[in-house]
Amino acid sequence: MRFLTTIPCAIIGAALVLSTASAQVAVLGERVHTVTGPIIENGVVLIDSDGVIEAVGSAAQVAVPDGYAVFEAAVVTPGLIDGRSTVGLTGMLNGEDQTHDQDMLERSSPIQPELSAVDAYNPLEPLVAYLRSFGITTVHTGHAPGELISGRTAIMKTTGTTVREALVRADVAVAATLDPRALKSGAKAPGTRGKAVAMLRQQLIKAHEYQGKIDAAEDDKPVARDLRLEALTGVLAGEHALLLTVDRAQDIDSALRLADEFGFELWLDSCAEGPLVADRIAAAGVPVFLHPAMARPWGEMRNASMRSAAVLADAGVTVSMQSGYEGYVPKVRVVLFEAAIYASRGFGRERALEALTITPARLLGVDDRVGSIEVGKDGDLALYDGDPFEYTSHCVGVFIEGELVSSDPR
Amino acid sequence: MLRLFAVVAACFVPAGTSLAQSTPAAFTNARIITITGDTIDGGTLVVHDGEIVAVGDGVVVPSDADVYDAAGLTIMPGLVDTHSHIGGIGAADGSGPIQPGVRVFDSINPRSSGFKRALAGGLTTLNIMPGSGHLSSGQTVYAKLRWAEGPPTSVDDIAVRDDSGAMMGGLKMANGTNSIRTGGANGFPGTRGKSAYLVRERFLKAQEYRDAIERAGDDVSKLPARDLGLEALVEVMSGARIVHHHTHRADDIMTVLRLADEFGFRVVLHHVSEAWVVADEIAAYEGVDGPDGEPWGAPCSIILIDSPGGKLEAASLILETGGVLEKAGAQVAIHTDDWITDSRLFLRYAALAVRAGMSREAALRALTIEGARMLDMSDRVGSLEVGKDADFVLLSGDPLALDTRVLQTWVEGELAFDLSDEDDRLYAEGGLGAAHDIQPYFCCYDHLIQGSGH
Repeated sequence: MRFLTTIPCAIIGAALVLSTASAQVAVLGERVHTVTGPIIENGVVLIDSDGVIEAVGSAAQVAVPDGYAVFEAAVVTPGLIDGRSTVGLTGMLNGEDQTHDQDMLERSSPIQPELSAVDAYNPLEPLVAYLRSFGITTVHTGHAPGELISGRTAIMKTTGTTVREALVRADVAVAATLDPRALKSGAKAPGTRGKAVAMLRQQLIKAHEYQGKIDAAEDDKPVARDLRLEALTGVLAGEHALLLTVDRAQDIDSALRLADEFGFELWLDSCAEGPLVADRIAAAGVPVFLHPAMARPWGEMRNASMRSAAVLADAGVTVSMQSGYEGYVPKVRVVLFEAAIYASRGFGRERALEALTITPARLLGVDDRVGSIEVGKDGDLALYDGDPFEYTSHCVGVFIEGELVSSDPR
Repeated sequence: MLRLFAVVAACFVPAGTSLAQSTPAAFTNARIITITGDTIDGGTLVVHDGEIVAVGDGVVVPSDADVYDAAGLTIMPGLVDTHSHIGGIGAADGSGPIQPGVRVFDSINPRSSGFKRALAGGLTTLNIMPGSGHLSSGQTVYAKLRWAEGPPTSVDDIAVRDDSGAMMGGLKMANGTNSIRTGGANGFPGTRGKSAYLVRERFLKAQEYRDAIERAGDDVSKLPARDLGLEALVEVMSGARIVHHHTHRADDIMTVLRLADEFGFRVVLHHVSEAWVVADEIAAYEGVDGPDGEPWGAPCSIILIDSPGGKLEAASLILETGGVLEKAGAQVAIHTDDWITDSRLFLRYAALAVRAGMSREAALRALTIEGARMLDMSDRVGSLEVGKDADFVLLSGDPLALDTRVLQTWVEGELAFDLSDEDDRLYAEGGLGAAHDIQPYFCCYDHLIQGSGH
């Protein structure tokens, strides 16, 4: 992309800080959206040499100490969080036979919770850097919808050259799908919705029995380890959630019924027909990682609406944004762009920003580190030259743990 | 907005009545983006009998006109989409790689909900194209979304016709990986070199066919047997039918231009992921002359996708392409490729082009007049000028702003989409039933159903 180098760098001192990652940083914003606190006009955010936010306040309250690298932007937000993605497992090239960058679905068996996103995530995937350039600093990623149980998700920072560097938390949720995307043709199971639910119940019951055997086993006669069932005992014990991809209202109902039966922590994924059963979802206290606003309205998602975020939130449902997975282009959606569409159709800028930051942080259990601009949290910031949601605004800088990781206006 | 609807509600007649045919309609106090002329603040647009009869800031409103106060609103031409796949279409089948005799026209379902979504996005003119899985998948059709009275009963009602009454359309061609089928079944190419060879071979046949017809003159007995595929290629070589060519990689783009030179056809380059690599070459290309006697050039109809990739040859598809081509001096339109991108958000893609360096003016032209020219329709659509078709959209604000809504879409002087109508709003925003194709209502069989005891 030869011409990009001709765009003048909007950030003073960018080159300096790119080469000295651990410098102390001061970010000045005409508007600083802390998300958990009030918006600060002419705000200052200081990040210490460990990459942790050490001060937040107005320019009158927070002085910039000597030696800090100073950056300025019209709008500063927390680094954005993509609540559910397959990026890093999904690569940009597509074409399983040619390019080997499509690791989001293992087709050898319909039930494989033993697969971990940690073992499949490629931090050097160009799409990861692409998302980062728009201000997305954290992704909850993993195996895609499309098998009954496709794998275990993980939370990554959109930086680092190894998984070890990128990883925030492994084994966040077990990803499962309860709709025709996970159904097989011919004599293979599951071939119907009813069979899919039956198989899922059977597997959870097995896991329950497996846990019973472990609990009853004597110390000198341990039960042989079963990685598949271990992953599901974690779900039953509440160690990780079951992230269930459903779109039709009847499948949402099935998901709620399963959660009632087994008492696991249910996160609904996608939920195109969520507005039809919003009150039931709200009553169950189950959060929704809502499908991208621009997801194609076809197949199971044929009744998707760009007003769904507003309708669900108004009904009392906790809504997180996400980029989702569709199998075709765009190979990854930019969750900021998706949130903008919802923001403009009843959801509003404030709720949309929360659904990109603190809401997924809390749901994913990482709000001690990310999701708002607060002292003690990671120095993850996104800088914009205007309203972050506006089509023609640019992300002009991105910090992850105090390091400037993107500075070309995007 | 409210003011407009207050007036409009009082004036509108029930759907199905041809209001605009009998009475002029005037939209006053609007910001009018004419595209080819200055943008007018507080301007007036007058339409009558399906055409624009006046546009400007000193326009006298005809005394018999229905007047709509559009204060606070923006009016721009109906959007022109040079590349769409809506309508449940299918043209060429798997029996061979080059099928220019097949018409997409014969496969369109006019009740497809996709047309309503396109109107919701402000689209009024479409080039409906078959796919890119063939070197040539068939003839495209230029369509107007004449939807004021609901879905047309026949696709004939949406086809655009030229002065002679002939249906207007182009020819879809493709190169690169989509039209390659490893193994070469049914004559499909396995490589790029073979792709170009097969195209060249077929065009040579078309030249022979054309020459045989010319030699036959008035002697009918010497005419070659009619071949619909070769006929289409002859139309292409004569300049009557434009080639709409799917192409991504820089070298594939140059291959298209080489073939266009060799066989003298007018081409529009579609998608052009790597056009930014060869922008200067594209801008400098002259090719054959267009209908106006000027060099046709190598106009580019680009797509903007929210992230790059999907296949190797689109890995360099970037949002910056429009701006780079503009700066190089190339002609640029933007298309939806619906269902690759969503017609409802067509304006958004122009905004993304601006985000990535294209000028506002060029981006708005890319949604309108540039596309019109690429369909040989710039004398009829693509700008707000007296004498052109009364195709326009009423917007709640700036066309490139997130919160702006398409409030109404007018086609040939008739209201074809109205966001204040509950059914139309469903198509604009989605929800239960929005993607279902429109079913006919069997009004007159109710008594039979009741009588049957159901």
